Amino acid sequence: MSDNHLIELKNISVSLGGEQILKDLNLYINDKEFITLLGPSGCGKTTTLRIIAGFLRPDEGEVIFGNKKVNDVPPHKRQVNTIFQRYALFPHLNVFNNIAFGLRIQKRSKEEIKDKVTEMLSLVNLKGFEERDINSLSGGQQQRVAIARALAVNPKVLLLDEPLGALDLKLRKDMQVELKNIQQRLGITFIYVTHDQEEALSMSDTVVVMDGGVIQQIGTPIDIYNEPKNAFVADFIGESNIIDGIMPEDYVTEFAGQRFKCLDKGFAQNEPVDVVIRPEDVDVVPLEKGMLRGEVTSVTFKGVHFEIIVDVQGFKWMIQTTDYEEVGNKIGIYVEPDAIHIMKKSKYSGLYGDYSSFSDEIDLLSDVTYEEGDGNG
Amino acid sequence: MAKGLGKKLITAPYTVWMMIFVIVPIALVIYYAFTDSGGAFTFSNLSYIRDYSRTFLISIELAVISTVICLLLAYPLAYSMSKMSAFKQQTMIMLVMLPMWMNFLIRTYAWMTILEGNGLINRAVRAIGFEGFHMINTNGAVTLGMVYNFLPYMILPIYTVLTKIDKSTVEAAQDLGANRFNVFKRVLLPMSIPGVISGITMVFVPAVSTFVISKLLGGGKTFLIGDVIENYFLGNTGTINYNVGAALSLVLMILILVSMTVMNKFDNGETAGGVI
Amino acid sequence: MKTLSKIYNCLVFAFLYAPIVVMIFYSFNSEKSRTNFGGFSLRWYAELFHDTVILKSLYLSLAIAVLSAVTATIIGTLAAVGINSMKGIKRKTYLTVNNIPVVNPDIVTAISMMILFVFVITRVNGLEMGFWTLLIAHITFNIPYVILSVMPKLSGMNSNIYDAALDLGCPPVAAFVKVVIPEIMQGIVTGFIMAFTLSLDDFVISYFNSGSAAQTLPVTIYSMTKRPYSPKINALSTLLFTSVMILLIIVNLRQSGANKQRANANKK
Repeated sequence: MSDNHLIELKNISVSLGGEQILKDLNLYINDKEFITLLGPSGCGKTTTLRIIAGFLRPDEGEVIFGNKKVNDVPPHKRQVNTIFQRYALFPHLNVFNNIAFGLRIQKRSKEEIKDKVTEMLSLVNLKGFEERDINSLSGGQQQRVAIARALAVNPKVLLLDEPLGALDLKLRKDMQVELKNIQQRLGITFIYVTHDQEEALSMSDTVVVMDGGVIQQIGTPIDIYNEPKNAFVADFIGESNIIDGIMPEDYVTEFAGQRFKCLDKGFAQNEPVDVVIRPEDVDVVPLEKGMLRGEVTSVTFKGVHFEIIVDVQGFKWMIQTTDYEEVGNKIGIYVEPDAIHIMKKSKYSGLYGDYSSFSDEIDLLSDVTYEEGDGNG
Repeated sequence: MAKGLGKKLITAPYTVWMMIFVIVPIALVIYYAFTDSGGAFTFSNLSYIRDYSRTFLISIELAVISTVICLLLAYPLAYSMSKMSAFKQQTMIMLVMLPMWMNFLIRTYAWMTILEGNGLINRAVRAIGFEGFHMINTNGAVTLGMVYNFLPYMILPIYTVLTKIDKSTVEAAQDLGANRFNVFKRVLLPMSIPGVISGITMVFVPAVSTFVISKLLGGGKTFLIGDVIENYFLGNTGTINYNVGAALSLVLMILILVSMTVMNKFDNGETAGGVI
Repeated sequence: MKTLSKIYNCLVFAFLYAPIVVMIFYSFNSEKSRTNFGGFSLRWYAELFHDTVILKSLYLSLAIAVLSAVTATIIGTLAAVGINSMKGIKRKTYLTVNNIPVVNPDIVTAISMMILFVFVITRVNGLEMGFWTLLIAHITFNIPYVILSVMPKLSGMNSNIYDAALDLGCPPVAAFVKVVIPEIMQGIVTGFIMAFTLSLDDFVISYFNSGSAAQTLPVTIYSMTKRPYSPKINALSTLLFTSVMILLIIVNLRQSGANKQRANANKK
């Protein structure tokens, strides 16, 4: 393995209260990398983070930090620091003393502490807040104090557990940019946990998609989006139409009763596959020019585009288009060969990617759901 | 919300009741404290404080000592309880509360059996060939009675505050490099102060004003301010004097009010999560 | 470290339970001695049940506890709703006055009410200390505890639910009974239980306000401690202790059962 690996998790398994949370997980994290663990509630991402921080000991497997096994090293001796889900600021200390906490433990001199706290406060744009009471701060300000407190002790790695989950949308967007800036400026490793795919894609160097205690895919945001490995990833990251198909030969796929060109190869002849087509890659064309034909069953205005659901031989496609179509219209659709992604069948096949029972509300609800309760994640 | 119901109407019984049975009695205490038996205004009742300054001092001394002992005994127990599994915590809480549900007269009375000159401790000591001790009817016995009776009132609020501390703040401290000692010193201890304060109040107030414990375990040798007040209200016909009794009660009330105000200064105005 | 704290906990509990164990042990003594154990007997239990003074005071204690707890719960719950909707100085004043009997030493509360009762009795013919003064005194020190247990439930309640009930066409009183009361029921029950046990357990306030006619159980016990030793006290205490213990165990088991059910329901 390369020397660049700062942290390695090898064959990690964890059970909590009789429930297996992580199953034989393997992951390495490079120095100075912004890596995001992404997945729905209960997928094991927070547990992974707690193993790295040292709050949880894996039942099996090794945690390696800079070539040393650290399974038995307690959290206070690890060079990683955490931004907790609800910040976990010390309510009995003011802003200054919160940030100075770790430095005082290290028995730094008074001047050193003062300088460092001042530096941290300016880093997070909270100059002049030294004497303020924690409870008098807004959510965003508390968030900044938590960041300053963790960074004050010069960690090699910063762990962030859904740090923006409690903030409103606008503030969240601002903090995303700010966090990314801080990470690049300080040049330290960020391990970020979120269930928000947009956040993951926009901030990370590497995204780790998890579900059911198992890593589904690791890759750059672009890879993850363009080349999802299975139906779960395809559905969790953005919107996807996932259609049953087969591969009669390399570079040719067959679905909806027809054959189409594609860019994938290496499958057995006539191997059943999942075909993924992103809604924005589908063009609406006049009926006679379409490679497939269908009837519009619903139209939703989304601002930048319309989201229309089209019934093609009983399968409901989602299409994003800037042209208005009326419900009941018969239209043709067209997809470029490079927009047709072929995935091997997995246990997720058939579970996702059909919009026949599609509703916006379900999406919204799952967005709001808080991540993984208290420590069981 | 109560508007539709007539805010005044639903609080009216309470307001009237509290007026007649809380405010008026306190006013009467003040009135009696500053009048003589004929109803004329006087300061002479308050001059009795001088006569009883020693009694006040002993009451305060014993109450402070018992409060400190309770705190020292209770904190480690509450701390280790707060770290147990949920089921164990529930059992421990029950064990702490069970003696509280016994009337304190009975609990105090039980100690007489143990501490007496011919009591269990002395018999055990003599059985192994030593001289017996004189224990009952001493200040020590009274202090023991106070500690015994009021210990649960110290354990419970401290325990409650410790369990309410967000576990993630402890993790945050560990994360920032604090070992067990530092976590305790810098996070748990300062954050448990509200519980300690309410524990201190809940032990000190009944201890400083008791008259039963001193009667049963002090045998009349330890005379506390509570005994004096009781004597002025329910003593022999000759000693009954509501005016002096009211004056002393007033002083006791002010004493407690002042000490509580001082204690609350330590509390930063945070509400204590006490169990009553 | 772990064994050390275990030993420590055991010692503290030994201290808490030693007198109780001693008392229970001697309640079965066949001799009338605090220290000599002459053999096992139920003699003192038998005498206890023939002691009309003790039995009478037990009934009185129970009657006072039930009546004062019920009255205090009604007055207190209504007042809590009213106070909860108050703001600013008015609310603060109410809460401060409410705290007076809680914060004041029992003996001060006791003598202040005694002064009031004596003040009235000496001016009105035919009145004397007894059942009514006792009941009034108990209601007075119980009310604040009811308010203290109901208030947190009220402030934790979503106040929109009452408005929602009105919005759906429910008249105010019905809305209160159907929506608000169930929301704060837990606090009301806690307040009632607290009032009941405080009343049953109270000695100081009863001692000053009962007169000679109506003695509650603790007052009777107190007068027994002043007379020559009788193991009847031990027998009585043992019975009280056992019933409290059984009650607590039942409550605890039910609670943990309910918790488990809730946990299971959550899992599903």
